[in-house]
Amino acid sequence: MGRTIIDLKDIYKRFYIGTPNELEVLHGISLQVMEGEFVSIVGASGSGKSTLMNIIGALDRPTEGSYTLDGVNVIAAKDAELSQIRNRKIGFVFQTYNLISKTNAIKNVELPMLYAGIPGKQRIARAGELLELVGMQDRMKHLPEELSGGQKQRVAIARAMANDPAIILADEPTGALDSTTGRLVMDLFHKLHDEEGKTIVLITHSPELAEETERIVTIKDGNILGERKGTGR
Amino acid sequence: MIYENIRLAVFSLKANKMRALLTMLGIIIGIGSVIAIMTVGDSVTATVTESMSSLGANNITVTLEEREDADADDESVQMGMDWGSSDEDAKQPSQEDYITTEMLRQMKDALGSSIKAYSISEQVGAGQIQQEADGATAEVSVKGTSLGYFLANDMNLVQGSFFSEDELQNGAMVALLSEKALDDLFDGDVTKAVGSTVNLAIDNKYYNFIIEGVYEESDDATQNMYAMFMNHHATDLYIPLKTAQEINHSSGYQTLTVVVDPNENPDQVAAQIESFFANIYRNNRDFEVSAMSMASMVSIMETMMDTITTAIALIGGIALVVGGIGVMNIMLVSITERTREIGTRKALGAPNSSIRVQFIIESIVICLIGGAIGILIGCIGGIAAANYIGASAVPSVKSILISLGFSMAIGVFFGYYPANKAAKLNPIDALRYE
Repeated sequence: MGRTIIDLKDIYKRFYIGTPNELEVLHGISLQVMEGEFVSIVGASGSGKSTLMNIIGALDRPTEGSYTLDGVNVIAAKDAELSQIRNRKIGFVFQTYNLISKTNAIKNVELPMLYAGIPGKQRIARAGELLELVGMQDRMKHLPEELSGGQKQRVAIARAMANDPAIILADEPTGALDSTTGRLVMDLFHKLHDEEGKTIVLITHSPELAEETERIVTIKDGNILGERKGTGR
Repeated sequence: MIYENIRLAVFSLKANKMRALLTMLGIIIGIGSVIAIMTVGDSVTATVTESMSSLGANNITVTLEEREDADADDESVQMGMDWGSSDEDAKQPSQEDYITTEMLRQMKDALGSSIKAYSISEQVGAGQIQQEADGATAEVSVKGTSLGYFLANDMNLVQGSFFSEDELQNGAMVALLSEKALDDLFDGDVTKAVGSTVNLAIDNKYYNFIIEGVYEESDDATQNMYAMFMNHHATDLYIPLKTAQEINHSSGYQTLTVVVDPNENPDQVAAQIESFFANIYRNNRDFEVSAMSMASMVSIMETMMDTITTAIALIGGIALVVGGIGVMNIMLVSITERTREIGTRKALGAPNSSIRVQFIIESIVICLIGGAIGILIGCIGGIAAANYIGASAVPSVKSILISLGFSMAIGVFFGYYPANKAAKLNPIDALRYE
C-alpha cells in the first residue's frame, strides 16, 4: 500500500447553525483511505453516511475538520476549484444512475471529459474504450431510456472512470437493481479494483455487499463505530 | 462546448415541441409585426420619395400661407381660446391676398434665367363629361393649368397639342383629355377625339369644350395608391388656367410650382423667391408666401414617415417584451424539470459558468428560431401588404439584422435570470430533487 488518497481528520458537520434546530450530524470523524483500497462505509439510514459521502465527494464542506484528497486541500477550495476536484479526482456512481436523458451512452461517458476540456476525438476514443471495459460496446448509441437498469449503471461506471479519477465514489450502486444484475455491477467494481488498481469507496446499508470489500467502516449516529477487514471478494 | 450546448438546446426543444412553439409564438408575433411594419413603411417611403423626386427634383412649391405670428397677435385678445389653429378657424385669403399674374411676371423678371417656367393649377371640381355624338360619359376632375404645369409634371401628349399662348390668355374653351377618359368616351380612338366637342357638367352648370389633345397617363405609384385609398377613379381634365378662373370667378393663385433651371441650386432659388414675396407681402398682416424645394419636401416627408414607422414598430416591440417574458417563464419551468440533471452535471464537475451558458444558449436558440420564423412571416406579410397598396416592396435588410440581434438580446436578457438560478443550485439538493 502506498500513499494516502483520502485523509479526513476530525470532521464535524452541523446543520441549521445558530438556530434552535441546530443539528450535529457528524461528530469528529477521522478516516484514511490508501491508494488502491476497496473500502465500504456501512450504516443505517440516518447514521450520517450520506453526509459523509457528500463531504468525501467534495459536494459539501464540513463545518470543522480537515480533508485532503489526493494531496489537494479540499476545505480551502473555492466553488470553481471544487468543481474541478469533482471533475478530475472523483468518479461518482449513483443509486439512480443519473444519466443525462436524451443523450446517448457515449455522449454521457464523454460528459466529464467535455467539462475537463478534452478535445472531441480524444473524448470519443476514450469513451469507446471505457464502454468496452464495462461491456457496453454494442450499446454506445443507445439513449438511457433504451437501456435496462444494469446497463445504465454500467454506463454510469464508465462515465465515473472518464477522467481517470483518484477515487470512485459509489452510493448504493446496486440499490435499484435486482440481485442478479446487482451481482454483475459488483463484479465490475471488483474488476476495476483488481485490474485497474482503482481506489473505490462504496457506500451501502447492505452488510453482505460490504463483506466483499477489503475494509468495512461502520458508522452509527455520526461516529465511526468500528473498522474491520472484509473478505476482499 | 458551444456546439454541444446548441445541440442539447435543440434536443430539449424537440422533446417539448408544443411547448417550444407556444413559447416562440410571442417572439414570432413580435418580430413578425415589427418586420412587417418596417417593410411597409420603408416601401411606402421609397415609393413616394421616388415618385416625388421623379416629378421634379428641380421644382419649388410656392404657397400662400397664413402668417403664424399674425395668428398669435389676433388671438392674444381672447387668451386661452387658441387650442392650435385648426382649419376651421384658419382665415380664408380674400381676392387681394392672392398671388397675381403681375407678381409672377415681376418675379420672373427679378430672378431671371434661374426660373425656367412656373406651373399653376387651379382646381375647378369634379364633374362629368359627355360626348356629343353618342352620349358616352366619363368622370373627370377639372383642373385649370398654365403651360409650365406640363413641363413641371413631365407630361407628354399621345396626340394633339398643348394650349397655345392665345388660348391661355383668352381663356379658350379647350381641354386635354386623359387616356382613360378617351377609352370611356371614344373607345380609344384618338383621331376621332381630337377636335371634337364634349359637354362638361359641373355644379349643375354646363360648358362645351373642344378636345385639343390626349395626354399620357403616368403610372405613378403614389397616384395609384391615392386613387385606391380615396376610391377616386376620375382622371384629370386640363383646361387653360384663365378659363378655370373664369368658371371659379377667381383672379389669383394660392399655390404654384416653379421649375428651376437645372444648373441652379433649388434651395437657393427657393430662398430668393421667398425673400421676393416677403417684400411684396410685408404689409399683409395675415398672409405670407413660402417656397420649398422638392428636395426639402422629400426630406421632411421621409422624416415624418420614419417617425410614424418607428412609433408603430415600438408598439410591435411591446409584443416582443411579452414574448420575452414567456421565454423566461418556460426556462424556469425547464430548469425545475431538469434539476436532477443540473445536479448530476455539477457532480461530474460542470462549473457554474458552463451550466449558465447551457441555459442561456437554450434561451437564445428559442428566441433565434422564433425570430427567424417571425422575420419570414413579417417579410411575407409586409411584401403582401406593400403590393396590395401598390408600393414596390423593399424588405428592409436593416430591420432584419436588427430583429435578429434583438431576438438574441431577448434570449440573453430573459434567459440570464433562469440560467443563473440553475447555475447557483446546490448540487446536493439538486441531486436529491424528486
